[in-house]
Amino acid sequence: MAVKTLTIDGKPVSAEENETILQAATDAGIKIPTLCHLDGLSEVGACRLCITEVSGSNKLLPACVTKVAEGMEVKTNSERLQKYRLMILELLFAERNHVCAVCVANNHCDLQNLAAEHGMTHVRFAYQYPNVPVDASHDWFVMDHNRCILCTRCVRVCDEIEGAHTWDVMGRGTNSRVITDLNQPWGESETCTSCSKCVQVCPTGALSSKGKSVAEMEKRRDFLPYLVQQREGRP
Amino acid sequence: MGHQDGTALGWKGKEGLPSGGPSTHEINLADLSKGWSKQGGQVKVVKPPLPSPDKRWKIIDAKMRKMGYQPHALIETLHAVQESFGYLDEVALRWVAKSLRVPPSKVYGVSTFYNFFTLKPQGAHTCVVCLGTACYVKSASKILEAIEVFTKIKPGETTPDRQLSLLTVRCIGACGIAPAVVYDGNVSGRVTPEQATEKLKGYFSHAS
Amino acid sequence: MLLEELKGIAEKEKAGRKQICVRCCMSAGCMSSQSAEIKQVLEKAVADRQLGDRVEVRRVGCMGLCGQGPLVSIEPEGLLYERVTPENAATIVETLAGGTTSAQRGDLTQPFFARQVAVVSRNGGRIDPERIEDYIEAGGYGALHHVLHELQPADVVVAITQSGLRGRGGGGYPTGLKWATVAKSKGERKYVICNGDEGDPGAFMDRSVLESDPHSVIEGMAIAGYAVGANMGYLYVRAEYPLAISRLQIAIRQARQRGLLGDALFESTFNFNVEIRIGAGAFVCGEETALMASIEGRRGQPRPRPPFPAESGLWGFPTLINNVETFANIVPIIIRGAEWYAGLGTEKSKGTKVFALTGKIKNNGLIEVPMGITIREIVEDLGGGAPDGAKIKAVQTGGPSGGCIPAHLFDTPVDYDSLMKVGSIMGSGGMVVMDDTTNMVDVARFYMQFCMEESCGKCIPCRAGTVQMYQLLNKILERQATIKDLEQLEELCDLVRNTSLCGLGQTAPNPVTSTLRYFRNEYLALLQPETGGYGVDAKQPADAKVAL
Repeated sequence: MAVKTLTIDGKPVSAEENETILQAATDAGIKIPTLCHLDGLSEVGACRLCITEVSGSNKLLPACVTKVAEGMEVKTNSERLQKYRLMILELLFAERNHVCAVCVANNHCDLQNLAAEHGMTHVRFAYQYPNVPVDASHDWFVMDHNRCILCTRCVRVCDEIEGAHTWDVMGRGTNSRVITDLNQPWGESETCTSCSKCVQVCPTGALSSKGKSVAEMEKRRDFLPYLVQQREGRP
Repeated sequence: MGHQDGTALGWKGKEGLPSGGPSTHEINLADLSKGWSKQGGQVKVVKPPLPSPDKRWKIIDAKMRKMGYQPHALIETLHAVQESFGYLDEVALRWVAKSLRVPPSKVYGVSTFYNFFTLKPQGAHTCVVCLGTACYVKSASKILEAIEVFTKIKPGETTPDRQLSLLTVRCIGACGIAPAVVYDGNVSGRVTPEQATEKLKGYFSHAS
Repeated sequence: MLLEELKGIAEKEKAGRKQICVRCCMSAGCMSSQSAEIKQVLEKAVADRQLGDRVEVRRVGCMGLCGQGPLVSIEPEGLLYERVTPENAATIVETLAGGTTSAQRGDLTQPFFARQVAVVSRNGGRIDPERIEDYIEAGGYGALHHVLHELQPADVVVAITQSGLRGRGGGGYPTGLKWATVAKSKGERKYVICNGDEGDPGAFMDRSVLESDPHSVIEGMAIAGYAVGANMGYLYVRAEYPLAISRLQIAIRQARQRGLLGDALFESTFNFNVEIRIGAGAFVCGEETALMASIEGRRGQPRPRPPFPAESGLWGFPTLINNVETFANIVPIIIRGAEWYAGLGTEKSKGTKVFALTGKIKNNGLIEVPMGITIREIVEDLGGGAPDGAKIKAVQTGGPSGGCIPAHLFDTPVDYDSLMKVGSIMGSGGMVVMDDTTNMVDVARFYMQFCMEESCGKCIPCRAGTVQMYQLLNKILERQATIKDLEQLEELCDLVRNTSLCGLGQTAPNPVTSTLRYFRNEYLALLQPETGGYGVDAKQPADAKVAL
């Protein structure tokens, strides 16, 4: 396999052909913020946090789906990118009802961590305060739509790893919502195997285990690379 | 909202679920595996029976057969269901999901992504006000306003007596004769608010 | 089917023609004003007057001047009647027997018709779209025969490349280059897709082509299939166009019966089939990756490109996607040659473009004009200016992805690059004329609401950003906004344009940025004065107060 050399933030990096900018950067110890991406799941390029500036392209390219190329010069952290990322995070916080202080995932939340990393002190955009439900019908888990950022990690892990495809997204635009089966209460789902993979990959407190109090919900994701590795080469 | 939507589809808690039951997963999964049998490592798909003797299911089944019961037939099949029944109900969604081997959540996701599909029964008549640019420039909003006042319903709603469903659309391509309104599938051009309410009056007087 | 049979059909049609042809427009616009009844009345009148031996009444497609419909024309006299009614239709037939008519006369020599160059619309208003024989008589399927027997696939690609044709769906990507890429891509199967998801509000060019001349699109797709090595085509048409769908179904059935679709076309080794897929009301499905997702039976959500459809498209196979008007250009290019086509239009934008001219304009309808014509010529000469002496303020092109071009820039030539320079786009061809009663902030809000409702919800900037922008525009229109809100609106425009996943999001801010660019005063007039707004009544022309 051919090796490509490129520079990321001025640092010379070599990467295998077919690797993404994100993989090459991660291997080189350069951190690019991500949210919808999760190692082991397919890429959707939806959260737009990993956008990078690539010389020769007038468009900003998401690192998670853009393949490396010989001589590529990538900037991952310009002032402009930081500004855009902060705005995207603010848009997310304004979109649903994210109240960290009462959240089970407080201190263990990908969204919260990113906000802290980007120095988000307040949200400049109008809060939408949508009236969305909490589904506590499942015996062991809770879905709180107030905290959902529609990253679709749950949809993908359920489809690609568990194979049940219990989750999907209904509606569109700002009215989109993740659903189980025919938009019925989770506890009544006919396809859910209660494997908890969706809960573990969820970046926020939207999916959590029952019985957890504020800041108690820590997620375990080590199963994901393990399962992907175990399945390699199998049909 | 999720629960509300669910009720709209006919679920009334656990008891109301056709295949559910108070004690959950084993029963549900067992039910799910009905119609599937394992043969030599390959899961053989058995076609689910028609939901009822209603002839319309046969038309829909024919559509799916024509497309080889492939998952990609989903949207075409939903078109056929809506054409036959006027809307997509839970029974239809489940049956289509099983027939095409598409997960139920995916069927629901597709059904709610596209504006054309509706999960609620429509009124005896439909009135679709075009809100495309040409109609907008020619004050289509005034027509809609007049209809809303007259019918006391908003776009997407049906009158309580189920006579009329009011809908809006983003351009039907009749821009040359803007503003346009579609009554029961027939396009009318250069509509005025007065004409529109006059036309709708007819729908209600026939009913009474 | 052999060439001789094709010629035979055409000759038989010609022989059966009557001396006088009364053409009755049966496109969606005129159909909505009772043109079906009018045709019946005309037919009955011909029978009653016993004119059947020299007069025929023919259903035809769009004649263009939709705003004056229903239209009836008489050939070879070249007479046009406008706003015909079932009541006065019979008197039109009377004129053929020396009588008089009360029907309103139109003028086929007026600039609206005279300045047009019919390439795509060559058969519109002439042939019966529901009869393949009519199309064959007009030379139809001759280009396909020529291509299959005289040209190698690579020659076809060269011809399209040399013609300089660019994609008519909006982006203006060189068609020849796209075909060449798909032709070179390796795949066990390949597909040709015709994008008929004409979602831009205010545009109906593709509807008209599909309703008036469905076979030319099918023939264009077949030629494309031969050129790139595809045997299967999908026509994706929006559900809002039931007449177009039904005419396409008829056309496909007839073409199959005549052996013009199917296996071994014209006794060559080339097989080609076409199926229709009906959209279900989602503007975003005009985006090619979303459209393919929809054909695959999924939610119509775009995915990041690359890979482009040319390499990995429908079900992962190389796929050629062009829009309706692009395919309708193929047959003329093959028949009359790439050089002829390249002689039309400007250096970088070749050929003609069909526009839907609507809004506050005298002549509402469809026009096909050479690229490079100025907006002024279109609006004033073809369009006849504003009705009732109103003052035209701006023209909106490109729909929700485009922008508003103010009157002082009406000398801008209509081509891909010039429109881009003034902050709009060619788009698919919608051209909505606005007069001074139109508030431009309200226009911006109209489009933003459209984009917000049509956002698929996949990427955050478009899903959440359009909501915020819509609310800010509302706030401005309600006179509750400050200069800070305007700044935030501009910041959001910048974010959504640069970070959204697909074209819908990337262009969603255009109606706001273009109106801000040319009509900033109208925004400022609505802001609260103490915060830097002008606090003047926006209904008055803003330029009377402050010159920027």
